[in-house]
Amino acid sequence: MRTRPRPIGSWLLASPLLVALALPIVALALASGPDELLSALGHPRLAEAVALSARTTALSLLVIVGCGTPLAWRVARGGWRGVALVETLVALPVVLPPAVIGIALLDAFGRQGLLGGVLGDSLAFSPAAVVVAQIVVASPFYLQSAIAAFRDVDDDLLLVARSLGATARSAVWRVALPSALPALIGGATLAWARALGEFGATLLFAGNLPGRTQTLPLAIYAALEEDVSLARALALILAGFAVGAVLFVRLLPDLRRIWPGRAS
Amino acid sequence: MSANQWDVTLRGRLGSLELDLSFATSAARVVVVGPNGAGKSTLLRALVGAELGLTGQVCVGGQTWQDATLYTPPERRRIGFVPQGCGLFMHLNVLGNVGFGCGGGAGAHQRAMDALIAVGGAHLGTRGVGELSGGERQRVALARALAAEPSAVLLDEPLAALDPVARIELRAVLHAQLRDRIAITVTHDDRDVAALGDWLLVVEDGRVVQQGPVNQVRAGPETPFGAAFFGVTP
Repeated sequence: MRTRPRPIGSWLLASPLLVALALPIVALALASGPDELLSALGHPRLAEAVALSARTTALSLLVIVGCGTPLAWRVARGGWRGVALVETLVALPVVLPPAVIGIALLDAFGRQGLLGGVLGDSLAFSPAAVVVAQIVVASPFYLQSAIAAFRDVDDDLLLVARSLGATARSAVWRVALPSALPALIGGATLAWARALGEFGATLLFAGNLPGRTQTLPLAIYAALEEDVSLARALALILAGFAVGAVLFVRLLPDLRRIWPGRAS
Repeated sequence: MSANQWDVTLRGRLGSLELDLSFATSAARVVVVGPNGAGKSTLLRALVGAELGLTGQVCVGGQTWQDATLYTPPERRRIGFVPQGCGLFMHLNVLGNVGFGCGGGAGAHQRAMDALIAVGGAHLGTRGVGELSGGERQRVALARALAAEPSAVLLDEPLAALDPVARIELRAVLHAQLRDRIAITVTHDDRDVAALGDWLLVVEDGRVVQQGPVNQVRAGPETPFGAAFFGVTP
């Protein structure tokens, strides 16, 4: 009797990568005991960093969704000069090293930068700079997801809505946005997670000032110098948010099934 | 003032297809046949009011929607449109879809229900659109178009991709619902032609190559496609 050949070769090749992906997360989870985690949770540096991260990422997300949704819609509909250019621009921050973005932000908005004459010292190294860095680094995650979702909205669907009495604008609100909503929520979640983890561009453009520009990732960096267990605990908290975000995005289609269509 | 129900001339270029779609008839129900990519769906979209850049005139049921100086947007033409694949709104349930064009007034829900009943879909009201069979989807899309009290109804291959039983049932529903309406139906099946129309258009390569009363065109097709379609030697 012949048995089916097992795909040993491909698993053998794949395993180093799987280990590299899984082991650090497992190690991080095992490194902090409950005592260390509890004492870290009571640390004043943590509360400060969490509050700053919550405020800045909420604001970034608001700007990304508020300005990014209409931009994604215009890009997805196309038909204007420069669509390809804007699409390239939108993809760029994903591949640009954050440190490069940080320098570029200083050159644009810093005291000596392009807009330095207007802004002076007011933006760089301020909480607003944290938000700007997060927006630049995280917006592509929302934009790319929103553009793809809006492209998936069938033209005929919008035409049907209009034939039923909806104006062009109301067809967007009543049909295109609800159709794209799961992808928009998924993109916004990933963008928020990316903004929460933003480190390099923030460090260069906003600095590492406790209570002012020291977000959670920067607090980990600062804690490493003095208290490694605090750094580990902070890292574990941040990893928890990231895992939560990814799980939420992956489960989104199922959540939608539980929450069926409304009547109007 | 013509007694024509349809008076259509649409010309222009769309991608690689040069379009010259013209037909006129006093018959209310028109059926369109033609090979894939001939411009049948484009014709329907242009009639509904999609801005495709086609010039010419569109007069339906005595109303002019487009001519040299006029372009009426789709929301003021109020044409019941069922595109290929039905075009149902996946984020709404069946009643949400059917009631989409009924406005928010007191009678809206009743009108949606009445339309569902008319197409034999009364039991579908609270179902999710994703749970429907192909025939049920077509019924819901048809009910949605009818509930908005349309000036005309445009159906793009409403009987494609249905199993034989569903096809016969839905053909009867369509036959009953279109009887007193101004309508255009695109089809790929000779059996639908006589059931759903009085005037027949054969569209090939972006042009209306033959038109006339259904029986006349069926008996004397003038192109190889028409001959193959109706099983007659030209």
